[in-house]
Amino acid sequence: MKEILVRIGGEGGEGVISCGEMLTTAFARSSYEVFTFRTYPAEIKGGPAMFQVRVSDQVVLSQGQAADILIAFNEEAFQLHGESIHPEGLLVYDPAHFKPDGAFEAYPVPLDGITLNVVKSKLGKNVVALGVCARILGMSIGLLEQMVRDRFGKKGETVVAKNFEALKAGYEYVDQHPFKKKLPMFEAVHSPVKRVVMSGNEALSIGAISAGCRYYAGYPITPASDILEFMERELPKFGGAVVQTEDEMAGIASVVGASYAGKKAMSATSGPGLSLMTEILGLAAMSEIPCVVVDAQRGGPSTGMPTKNEQGDLNLAVYGAHGEAPRIVIAPGDVEECLYYIIHAFNLSEKYQCPVLFLTDQSLAHRTQTFPWPDFKRVPVISRLLPTEADLKEYKRFVITENGVSPMALPGMDGGCYAATGLEHSERGSPNFTPKMHALMSAKRAKKIRVCSTEKGFTARYGAKKAKIGIVGWGSTQGAIREAVDMAAKAGIPVAHLQLKMVYPLPEADIREFLASVEQVIVAEINYSGQFNQILRSHFLVPTISLTKSEGLPFVAEEILAKIRSVAAGSEKPVVGAALSRQ
Amino acid sequence: MSHPTTDYKSDVKITWCPGCGDFAVLNALYQALATMDLDPKNVVVVSGIGCSGRLPIFVNSYGFHGVHGRVLPTAMGVKIGNPKLTVIAVGGDGDGLAIGGGHFPHAARRNIDITYIMLDNNIYGLTKGQTSPTTLQSFQGKSSPYGVAEENLNPIALALAYDVSFVARGYSGQLKHLTDLIVDGVNHKGFSFIHALSPCVVFNDTYKYYGKKVTPIAPYENPSNKMRALELWQDKHHIFLGTFYKDETRQTFNERIRDIIGQFPRDDEKYFRELVNRYA
Repeated sequence: MKEILVRIGGEGGEGVISCGEMLTTAFARSSYEVFTFRTYPAEIKGGPAMFQVRVSDQVVLSQGQAADILIAFNEEAFQLHGESIHPEGLLVYDPAHFKPDGAFEAYPVPLDGITLNVVKSKLGKNVVALGVCARILGMSIGLLEQMVRDRFGKKGETVVAKNFEALKAGYEYVDQHPFKKKLPMFEAVHSPVKRVVMSGNEALSIGAISAGCRYYAGYPITPASDILEFMERELPKFGGAVVQTEDEMAGIASVVGASYAGKKAMSATSGPGLSLMTEILGLAAMSEIPCVVVDAQRGGPSTGMPTKNEQGDLNLAVYGAHGEAPRIVIAPGDVEECLYYIIHAFNLSEKYQCPVLFLTDQSLAHRTQTFPWPDFKRVPVISRLLPTEADLKEYKRFVITENGVSPMALPGMDGGCYAATGLEHSERGSPNFTPKMHALMSAKRAKKIRVCSTEKGFTARYGAKKAKIGIVGWGSTQGAIREAVDMAAKAGIPVAHLQLKMVYPLPEADIREFLASVEQVIVAEINYSGQFNQILRSHFLVPTISLTKSEGLPFVAEEILAKIRSVAAGSEKPVVGAALSRQ
Repeated sequence: MSHPTTDYKSDVKITWCPGCGDFAVLNALYQALATMDLDPKNVVVVSGIGCSGRLPIFVNSYGFHGVHGRVLPTAMGVKIGNPKLTVIAVGGDGDGLAIGGGHFPHAARRNIDITYIMLDNNIYGLTKGQTSPTTLQSFQGKSSPYGVAEENLNPIALALAYDVSFVARGYSGQLKHLTDLIVDGVNHKGFSFIHALSPCVVFNDTYKYYGKKVTPIAPYENPSNKMRALELWQDKHHIFLGTFYKDETRQTFNERIRDIIGQFPRDDEKYFRELVNRYA
């Protein structure tokens, strides 16, 4: 197995991210698997930026931990990330800036000097660094030139030529100044599997379009803004309309309006925007109108940490709205699942005529991963139940049925006239506040969600088939947990893992079976209070051990492994009231 | 096929207080729909919350009674969702100028092809008598025992400032005139705003006040003259009824969307291929 982790650190605006992205695409085009991770300042210029790519000839499950190579654009980057360098790693640094100290091999490359010499400006340092990386890792310069052309081609031949020079200068510097460390070489290989590399936000946007989304409305917010931009650019090609609304409430209100009129519609936001949308999510639940809302979670509460990672919006997604407003919450586990599970999200929304929340987070929204070429037929697209001619003879929009789902008339249909309303209503849709009707309609709305809990394919088992220790996770933590489970197996601790792709309603049968098969259950998630742990405990009356992290960063496998070891050693017991006094 | 007024009346019992101005607006809407001979199935009446919010429930067409303040974005979604529909948004002064005040300018700048009837009763009626953004300062009520601290907003002034492409005012006391305005508003290409003075006889009966002050805009006035419209709304002695301003030269939001989509001949398979290839 061939694997390496490259981390690039510098100042925001120095091109750290674009250098990393070009390197990532180059790896992917050379048929390697990649998993990227980035941090960036909330400001436009200045503040530290970091990009790392973990690359392997095997599937990469998480962002990894120690850097085999750190490229420090300046001293601050070294101060921030020096500790992350593997003791046997390599530091690429600019001797004009600082003198590093550490167990690793320090490899001086005068990045600024080369850049000034060749490009005659400070801009272009990132492309020099790209050349350095490429040579260190045995990649062909031709491949990197293609990356540069893809990225700068629009700016004209002069710019492309300048960047070629910068690339070559970095590349040749390494040729002429050898370092000692032996590193794996990532020359292009042929792979029979055709692959793509993209971010979670890109994958879910593509998936949404293939699910039939033809109306999108949203308001800019980190880390979901690029979904809006993607849709603005791409949706019109498929005949869809996109509106950047004046706020999130207008966004979701127009989505519900468009869906009422018959379009599959979506909005995407982050925590603060979801807070604003909750009233209208209640309306969609009450008036039984399908809609999909992506929440790319970030550090909260309030403005919190806009560019940092957290799974802190689970309670808001599951319960957020006054009254009881049943909805479905889907949480994809990796970039590939963003693409397929958003199709599920649209399908469930159409099938059960209710809002579906799609919970990603900063780390999933902006990480890139390789995965096989999308198969758009893998998840067949479903559309809402429409009334038949017989239904329309004496049309009742909210007719009571066995599974709670009633045929939904669309404006323009003969005989289907009704007023959708947020008021409690009768089967025909007229306001009705009688005790009997509220009980009946509350049960109808809840019934749909109950039925949805029996949907198949919303959990994934991993690891040991039989084990005393089980670990449950949801959403973007999937890869890190799997990696930890693999590491535990190697250390002789069998662990069974269940990852949930639907966190509300809970896929009951699968969870029951899993809980019955293990003796101790760890619930892992990225928030402080263990929100999912509480949901799981309350639904299944099961004692669990909560593993949480609230640092604005995703899990690394070693942290999960440490908890597994501690549970295996018998030093962890479920605590009553764990939410308030974190274990 | 022609539709008599009764075709637009739903069988839901109307819950407004006897004498409420909203009855006249509802009747004007029935008559306007009949005059235009619109098929009920192609009409969507969208509303927010408040006394006027119930209006769609009393109309036999498609309707959407949404949440407080979001009538304009909801109506926009419906109109973009199916551009063939006639979309009429209704809401009160509180719904449109307090909680939902942020949406009015954006509907105007999009020039979304819907008609927005603001049923202005100068009060919060459904919550029983609190002051609204259009309540006159002289009003004394239960939420303003010492008078109203804020000055009142003028919806016509706002609409003119936001550059709404059709701005008119009608009055519950003049049914025929209000009917004509609704017809003109619906036929207008672009966003049309009709300020309907609709007194609340229970909490703030302004019939007498308006009865003395309302005056028709003279037939010789030119509704394409914005400066004149600005003079008319500021007149201290009259409350003018009629069409203040009208501009049909502007593109509507649906036309702009259509033009953007129109650049791309339908070929989903090709666009998917191109899209995914970008990530290869």
